[in-house]
Amino acid sequence: MTSKAQIIETNKKPFKKVTIDPITLDIIESALRNARFEMDATVFRTAMSSGIREQHDAFPLIANKDGKMVVGQFGSFIGGFLNNYDGTIEEGDVFFTNDPYKTEGAISHANDWLILLPIFFSGRLVGWSCHFGHMTDNGGKVPGSMPTDATTIFEEGLVTPPTKLYKKGVLQSTLLEVMLNQVRLPTWNRSDLNAVLAACRVAEKRVKEMCVRFGDDVFVSACQAALDRNKRAMSILIDKNVSEAPVSFEDYVDDDGRGYGPYKIKCTMWREGSKVILDWKGTDPQAIGSINFYLNENMLKMFWGIYMIMVFDPAILFNDGFYDLVDVRIPQGTLLKPNFPAALSCRTHALGRIFDTFAALLGQKTPDFLCAAGFSSSPHFMYSGTNSKGEWYQLYQIGFGGIPAKPFGDGPDGHSMWPSFTNVPQEYLEAYFPLRIDRHETTPDSGGAGRFRGGNALRVDYCFLEDGEISIHDDRWLTYPWGVNGGTPGKRSEKILYRTNGSIEYHHSKCDNVKVKKGDVLAFITWGGGGWGNPIEREATLVATDVRRGLVTPEGAKRYGVVVNADGVINEEETRKLRADIKSKQPAKMPVFDLGPPLAQTLANCEKETHLPAPRPPVFRPDFHAAKAAE
Amino acid sequence: MTYRLGCDVGGTFTDLLLINEATGETYRAKTPSTPQDQSIGVMTGIERICKDAGITPAEISEFMHGTTVATNAVLEGKGAVVGLIVTDGYKQVLQIARSFVPGGLAGWIIWNKPLPLALLENTCEVKERIGARGDVVRPVNEESVREAVRKLKANKVQAITVSLMNSFANGDHEKKIRDIIKQEFPEVPVSLSHEVLPEMYEYERTLTAVANSYVRPTVSRYLKNLETTFASRNMKAKCKVLRSDGGLMAFGNAADKPVALMMSGPAGGVAGALWVSRQSGFKNLLTFDMGGTSTDVALIENGEPQLRRETKVGDVTVRASSLDVRTVGAGGGSIARVPELTGALRVGPESAGAVPGPACYGKGGTEPAVTDANVVLGHLPPSLIGGEMKLDVAASKAACKKVGDALKISVETAAEGIVKIVNENMFGALRLVSIEQGYDPRDFALVAFGGAGPLHANALGKLSGSWPVIIPPGPGVLCAYGDATTRARNEASQTFVRRYSETSNKDVTAILKSLSKQAQDSLIKEGIPVKEQTVIWEVDLRYTGQGFSVPIACKPEGFEKNGLAQAGKDFDTFHTRQFTFALDAEHEIVNLRAVVVGEYPNVKAIRVGKGGTDPSKAVVNANHEFWDEGKKYKAKIYDRAKLKAGNIVQGPAIVTEFDSTTVILADCMGTIDHVGCILITPKGMKPKAGMSAPPAGGKAKAKAKPAAKAKAKAKPAAKAKAKAKPVAKAKAKSKKKR
Repeated sequence: MTSKAQIIETNKKPFKKVTIDPITLDIIESALRNARFEMDATVFRTAMSSGIREQHDAFPLIANKDGKMVVGQFGSFIGGFLNNYDGTIEEGDVFFTNDPYKTEGAISHANDWLILLPIFFSGRLVGWSCHFGHMTDNGGKVPGSMPTDATTIFEEGLVTPPTKLYKKGVLQSTLLEVMLNQVRLPTWNRSDLNAVLAACRVAEKRVKEMCVRFGDDVFVSACQAALDRNKRAMSILIDKNVSEAPVSFEDYVDDDGRGYGPYKIKCTMWREGSKVILDWKGTDPQAIGSINFYLNENMLKMFWGIYMIMVFDPAILFNDGFYDLVDVRIPQGTLLKPNFPAALSCRTHALGRIFDTFAALLGQKTPDFLCAAGFSSSPHFMYSGTNSKGEWYQLYQIGFGGIPAKPFGDGPDGHSMWPSFTNVPQEYLEAYFPLRIDRHETTPDSGGAGRFRGGNALRVDYCFLEDGEISIHDDRWLTYPWGVNGGTPGKRSEKILYRTNGSIEYHHSKCDNVKVKKGDVLAFITWGGGGWGNPIEREATLVATDVRRGLVTPEGAKRYGVVVNADGVINEEETRKLRADIKSKQPAKMPVFDLGPPLAQTLANCEKETHLPAPRPPVFRPDFHAAKAAE
Repeated sequence: MTYRLGCDVGGTFTDLLLINEATGETYRAKTPSTPQDQSIGVMTGIERICKDAGITPAEISEFMHGTTVATNAVLEGKGAVVGLIVTDGYKQVLQIARSFVPGGLAGWIIWNKPLPLALLENTCEVKERIGARGDVVRPVNEESVREAVRKLKANKVQAITVSLMNSFANGDHEKKIRDIIKQEFPEVPVSLSHEVLPEMYEYERTLTAVANSYVRPTVSRYLKNLETTFASRNMKAKCKVLRSDGGLMAFGNAADKPVALMMSGPAGGVAGALWVSRQSGFKNLLTFDMGGTSTDVALIENGEPQLRRETKVGDVTVRASSLDVRTVGAGGGSIARVPELTGALRVGPESAGAVPGPACYGKGGTEPAVTDANVVLGHLPPSLIGGEMKLDVAASKAACKKVGDALKISVETAAEGIVKIVNENMFGALRLVSIEQGYDPRDFALVAFGGAGPLHANALGKLSGSWPVIIPPGPGVLCAYGDATTRARNEASQTFVRRYSETSNKDVTAILKSLSKQAQDSLIKEGIPVKEQTVIWEVDLRYTGQGFSVPIACKPEGFEKNGLAQAGKDFDTFHTRQFTFALDAEHEIVNLRAVVVGEYPNVKAIRVGKGGTDPSKAVVNANHEFWDEGKKYKAKIYDRAKLKAGNIVQGPAIVTEFDSTTVILADCMGTIDHVGCILITPKGMKPKAGMSAPPAGGKAKAKAKPAAKAKAKAKPAAKAKAKAKPVAKAKAKSKKKR
C-alpha cells in the first residue's frame, strides 16, 4: 500500500543529500538516543496510572521524515498510519489514534493510546516523534477494557481512528472530551495522554535543536546514514547466522478465555540470498475470543531483529534500517492477522509466544545461543469496585515471573521480560487500594532445571479489604515453558482463591467479573522459566546454595541429581549415585527442546493436574469477512 | 594560629590541602593512596604537608575528609555479611527487587542479576504485620524473632538490618525486634529501616538500610583507625567526613549512618566548585570533573548544588540524599575503536586504566586512548612543568593511526574525531544535569577540574555555550579544597502521604518542627550551636495520582500561615518548566524533611598579583605545534605560576602547572581573575563577573533562566558568540529549588 496522507510543507526545497562523516553520524546518533531516554523520563515522571509510571507500559520512538525508526524500542509503525490516513499533515498537527485496524496494527489493542507528532523545521518535515501508552481503562464492558470473553472489538471500549488532536497547534478539545467521556478513569487518561504528548514534545525540541546545530540537510542525511549502517551490520549477521534450509517451530496460546484452545502459532524461517523470510503459515485461524494479535509486520521485523542482535552481537544499535532484509508473511484471517472486527484486547499472550518462537528459531542452528522459553507474556490482574466511602477504585497491574535460562547464565527469579517494566511497590498498593499483600515471593522449584536454572515464578497473595471484582489474564497454565539443550520445562501458572469460609477455588487463567469478598485471598502464581543444558552438569554446590536460599527444595534438587538436606549440606555419595543413575537413562545426545509431555497427554491429565477442565478444540468460524470493512 | 586540613582520598592519589585560616595561605600535597588501609596514605600526607608548612599535626584544628571507603566496599563487594529480618512473606524483597531487567527488549538474554547485599540465606522472616496506616495487624511474635536472630548468629553475620512492611508509618515493631536482638546477639550493630530511611517503598527502604549495615563495620573500623593514629600523633583536630550531599558530619555520626557517605568522593569536587563560586563571584555553575576513566558533572544554581534523593554506586541505588553528580564512563583513558561490523567510531567505556595506560605513557599500551589523541593534537605537551613523566608522542601517533586507517582519514583527523566523540559523550552528561532538568546551560559558567578537565573544558564550553569556562587554581586538588571549605549539614525526614484536603498547615508545621529538632540536636552534639544553624524545610509534592515527587524548599517562617499553598504554587511552576504542563489535580504531600546547615568557615582566598593584559612574561615555549578544527597552529605554552591577574592569554595556547594542563582553543582567550582562575571565553567576549572581584559571599543576583521558557529558536550552542550573556548578568525569571 502506498501513502495516502498528504504532507503539506511550506518550504518546497528538497533536502540536499549530504555525505555524513562517521563522527558527525555518531554524534547525532547519541544525541537522538539521549532524546529518547529523555522521553522515557518525562512519561514516567508525569503519568498517573501505575501501569505507566511504575510499570512503564509505554513506548517511545523517534523516526526519520519517512517514518522509519532511528531510535526507539519496538520499531516504527508510522508506515501503517501513513498508508491509511487520508488527510493532510501540517506543521502543528498532532495525531491521536487507538485503532489497530486503521493503522495496520501500529498499536495492537485499543488500550494503547498513540500520539504521532510530525516534526517540522523551516517549513519541511524532518522527522516524527511517537509514543504510546497502555491506559488503565478504555471504557467497554469490563473495568480495564480487556474482556476475556469479547468476540468483537466493539466490546473493548473506545476506538478512535487516526485523528488530529491538535490542528496547526490548536487543541481539538471536543474530541478530547468525547474520548475522556467513554472511560472509567478520565483523570488518569487525561494525565497519561498529557505525559505521552509531553514526551513527544521533548523529542520534537531536541530534533529541532539538532537541525539548528548541524543543519537540517545534515540531520536528514544522518538519519538515513544511521539506517544504512544498521542494514549493513544486520546483513552480515543474517548471512552468518540464518541458514537457507528452513527451520520451523510451533508453540501455543493455551486458550481464548471462552473455553477453546490451545491455539497454535507456527513460524518457518529461511534465507533466500541476503533476505530472511519469516512465514507464519500453519498458524491457527483467528480466535473467536480476544486473544488475537493484529500484528504489524514492521514491528515483527523489529522484534526479530532485536533478538538477533541480543543473541549474536549486542553492540549493534538497532533501528529500522534492516527492514528490507526481512520478508514477513502472515496469512490473513489467522490469529496473527485477524479480520475486522475480531476482538484484540488480550493479545499479550500471543505477543509473548512470538518471542518464545523467535528464541527457538534463532537458536536451532546454533544451540549454544539458544534461550529457553519463559515468562514471555505479561499477565494482568485487575481489581475494582466501590469502597466503603463510596469511592470508585480500579487497579490494573502487570505480573512478572521466571526469566528463562540462557546460554550466559541462570534466569532471574520473579523478574520482567519486558523492557523497563518494574513492579509496583507493595506498600504503594496497600496505601492506595483496599489491599494487603500477604506474600510477595517466588515459588521454589518453579524454574526449569538445567545447567543454568530457569527463573522462579512469582507468587503474590492479594488479601482483599473491600468487596469487589477481579479479572485475571494469564497463560501457560496448560502448555509448558519449555527447556532447551537438556534443560527441563518450568512450572505452569496457577490462580487460587482462598475464601474466608475456608473453601478453595481454582480460577481460570483468563476470567472477568469474579466477585471477591473482604478477607478473601487470591494467590496469583505465574510460571517459571525453562532450564538450559543438562541439569546433572550443574555444579552440585550451586544447587546446594539454591536450596539454602529456598529457591530450590531438597526434593527439587533431585532433578539435578543432587541429594542435599534442607540446610544445603550435600550427601556426596548419594549424589554420585543419583547422577550416574540419571545419566544412564538419558539419551546419548540430549534433545534440543523439552516441551513437556505430549499435548494429548497434557490435555488428558488437565483436570487432574490443574483442577480446571481441558479446553475444547478451537472452532474456527469464518463469520468475519476479509478486511473490506477496515478500508 | 589555626589550620584546617582538607583530605580527599581517591583511587590513585590522596590529595591534601592545608589552609591557614588567618591568612588563607595554602599548602598542597599529593601522595599515593593506600587502598589496603587508606589511613596510612592519609597520615603520610599529613606528615608531609605539616613539614612543608612548618607546623606539627597538633596545630590542625579541623580535619575534613572525603573518603571512598564506603564506595569501594560496595564496588568491590567487600562489605559486611549482613543479616536481614523482614515481615513474613517478604524474604525475597531483595531477590525480586523491582523486577526490573536493564537493557531494553531482549536485554534479559545478556543480563545476569548481581547478588543482593544481604544474601537470601541470611534473610529471615518474622511473624508480625503493620498496616498501611501504621495500624498493628499482627503483633510481633517474639519466638519467631529469637529463632531468626539465633539463625543469623549461627550464620556469623556481622551486621543486622530490620526492615518490616509499612515501618515508615509505625516503627514500633522494628524497635521491639532490636531490643530482642540486643538480648540474643548484643555485639552486632543493628540498622532499622525506619530510622535509616523513614519513607515508603519497601524495596528501596530495605536496600538502603541493608547498604547501611553492609558498609558500617568497614567505615567504623576505618574512622576508628584514623582517630587512633591521630591520637598517637597528638593531633586533636575535630574530625569530620563529607557526606554524599556535600555537607559535613562528625566521625561518630558517620559511623552509625555510613550510607550517607557512599558518594563522599564526588561531593568533594562539587564542594570545591562551590568554593570557587564563592571566591570568583560566579553563582551559576556547571561542574566538570574529568578523570582517567570517568567524568562527573553537576549543576550549581545560585550557589546551591542540585540534590537528588538517591545515591548510586555501581549496581546499588540507595535512597540517601546526594549531590546530583552524573557520571559517564568517559575519561582520558577511554579507548577508541572502530568495530568492523558497523564501521562507527566508538570511544569508551573501556579504559586503558593505570596499567598499561594510554600508549603515550610507554607502559605497553597500544590502543588509542583519549589522552593519546590529545598528544597527537598537541593539546598535551610531551613534557610537563614539574611533571616527572615524558610522553611518547610517536606511540600516540601509532595508536591513533589505527583509527585513521580504519576510517581512511589522517591521524590528526582521527585524533580530532576521538576528542570530539568523547566531548559529545561528556556533553551528554552535562545535558542530563542542565537541559533535562529544565536549565539552559548558556546561563551557567563551566568550572573544570580533575586531571583532564582543563584539557577538554574549552571544547565543552563551546558545545554547551557555558561561558566563561573557569579553570580554578590547583584543579587537581580541588576536591580537597572542597572538603576543607564546606559546612556541616544534617537532615531528618518522614513519609507523610496526605492530600492537601486531608491535612493542614498546622499539622505539617508541627511535624516539620519536630524533624528540625531531631536534625538540630545532632549538629549541637557535633559542637555547632543553634545560632550558627540555618533550617530549611522541604515538602515533597506531586499531583494526586503521580508516582514521582519533587522536593519543594520552604521557609519555616510563616509556614504555618500559607506554607502549603506557596509550596503548591512553586510545584506548579516547576512542573511547567520541566514537563511543559501543569495539572489542576489536587496536590499531595509525600515526604516532609528538615535540612539543617552550619556556616561556611571563614577562609580567606589567595589573591594573585595584579598585572597588565600582556601575559608574555609567562611564556615558556612560543612554537608548539597545535591542531584545532583541522588546522595546524603555532601555539604558546604558558607557566601558570607566572600569570598575573588581568593577563589575557590568546588562543591557541596551553597553560601548564603542577598537576594539570589547560587548553585554550584558537578562537578563544583566557583572562586571569583576581583569585587566579583562568576565565576562558570566545575572543571578544569579556568574562565580566569575577573581574569586578566581588568578595567571597558577594551578593551577585544571578539566577538561571528555565530552558522551557527560553526562546523556541534554540541557538546553536557552538555559535552563541557575543549573544550569550555572562552568567552574572543573566536575568532572573523564576527561582526554584531543585
